[in-house]
Amino acid sequence: MASRGFSFPIPSMGPSEPISRVMRHVFLDHQSATPVLPEVFEAMRPYFTEYFGNASSLHQHGLRVRDALATARKQMAGLIQAENPDDIFFTSDGTESSNLAIKGVAYANERKGRHLVVSATEHPSVMNSVEFLEKQGWTCTRVGVTPAGLIKLDELEAAITPQTVLVAVHHVNHDIGAIQPMREVGRLCAAKGVPLYVDCEASAGWLPIDVKDWGAALVSFSAHRFYGPKGAGVLYRNRKARIVSILHGGVQEGGRRAGTENIPAIVGGGVAAAIAVERLQARIAHTGVLQKRLWDGLSSRIPYIQLNGPLPGPDRITTNLNLSTEFIEGEGQLLLCDLNGIAVASGSSCVSKSLKISHVLGAIGLDHALAQGNIIMTLGEANTVEDVDYVVETFATIVKKLRGMSPMWDEFERGVIDSVIAPTGRGKSFSAHAAEVSGKPAH
Amino acid sequence: MSDTYTLYNPTVMDHFMNPRNMGDLKDADGVGEVGAAACGDIMKISLRIKDGRIEDARFKTFGCGSAIASSSMATELIKGRTIEEALSFSNEEVVDALGGLPPVKIHCSVLAEEALKAALEDYVKRHPEAAKAVAAQPVSA
Repeated sequence: MASRGFSFPIPSMGPSEPISRVMRHVFLDHQSATPVLPEVFEAMRPYFTEYFGNASSLHQHGLRVRDALATARKQMAGLIQAENPDDIFFTSDGTESSNLAIKGVAYANERKGRHLVVSATEHPSVMNSVEFLEKQGWTCTRVGVTPAGLIKLDELEAAITPQTVLVAVHHVNHDIGAIQPMREVGRLCAAKGVPLYVDCEASAGWLPIDVKDWGAALVSFSAHRFYGPKGAGVLYRNRKARIVSILHGGVQEGGRRAGTENIPAIVGGGVAAAIAVERLQARIAHTGVLQKRLWDGLSSRIPYIQLNGPLPGPDRITTNLNLSTEFIEGEGQLLLCDLNGIAVASGSSCVSKSLKISHVLGAIGLDHALAQGNIIMTLGEANTVEDVDYVVETFATIVKKLRGMSPMWDEFERGVIDSVIAPTGRGKSFSAHAAEVSGKPAH
Repeated sequence: MSDTYTLYNPTVMDHFMNPRNMGDLKDADGVGEVGAAACGDIMKISLRIKDGRIEDARFKTFGCGSAIASSSMATELIKGRTIEEALSFSNEEVVDALGGLPPVKIHCSVLAEEALKAALEDYVKRHPEAAKAVAAQPVSA
């Protein structure tokens, strides 16, 4: 313990010991990373030392790892029920896969048309790839979502033109856990003859995926979201989509992705995919129970808290809770959670380097005050009922502490401002009040 | 984990976790509430002023860890100062006293300075006689 042991002024929190030694640790940020499973790690180990060859080499060392690559390709194909393992390309991660899918298809079809259609809540790797292309003369239609975060199918249909070369709709949203109606989206794209790219970064390993059922031309995901290592990204691409490489060099990955393959990560990713197929239903059942318990606990213990995105059920992935707690800000909640051993994420402007709220929260029309109080909790298979109960108790205490420090809570209680979640009819809106007091710019 | 990592330095973390002067002053002589257009944070500072000197100060903040720490530190720094001294208070003093803030969080200290200046403006508005004494001073930064 290099830093000092801070005293934490909540009586129920225990003595002011170094936090890491006295606190329970609950990891609720599985959307950002998952631990590598022991069997995955063991499978990777020899590929760092003994089987160190380069898959491009023609000797025994190269042929051995080439064989390992082929196995991993089959395992990855199995996770998304792809028929042909040769349709699996390995990349460095989900971001690279998105870049390859968007830019690769756009450049390959430049003569056919320069229009793209994406949902408004795609991951930044999709949104920013599209923005990059817009600066070079492509146009893009961003299709709106419902307040629950589900794509508006009629808008999607209307957005597709004869110049459209790609439609990108993610399977599950990374922030709010909304499961998109992929079968309907797929049918729509098939009817218009436009290839569909599905970002499965937030769903692979946690939901069944069948690329044939969706008629998807491209699908991306990466292994570190389902207990594999970082550095093993996948782009599935079938013959429905023409694509060109955006990384130029050797002819690895059928010439679609130059660069020496990250063999240990790919081997580990393949094993993680095979395990995910085996454990899929158990993971869904386990996280589903915890998700319900966590939301039931939080919503009964904390007034003026709301769940963003679809209600737990068929439209929401079982791992995700996206919360807005009114009258307090997200970073403070995140910091106090962390100091109590609970790892969470936030879409608040204060946690982003750009000082902007998550574009997903904007797209679902969430009030800015609620977006400011945003916390994202994502469950994993190692979380327990005891973890969930600890989080409920601790989070309730944290909210109480921060509300005690917030002028907004005080002003709400005095009837100066009103609640967005459960309006009382007294006072003005938070946004109107915020605009009033920030009349002059902050800088 | 054998160590605890923190997003901010130990001084900022201390002021975030154990904020000084948090709350309201019932008999406040001046209250200022300001919001940051950049990020949406809101800060409120209440002052009790006697004989041209800040006797007591309290804050309430809707904002991130560094916003809470900045308002805690600002109220600590200005207690005991004369109005004239307080009018020349700068956010840099908060940043220095906190041992530095990440670049993207400097605006939190600016918000603390603005909340203090707004509270002083409110005091001057409510006490016109005091206005004469500080007439020569510019009210905002």
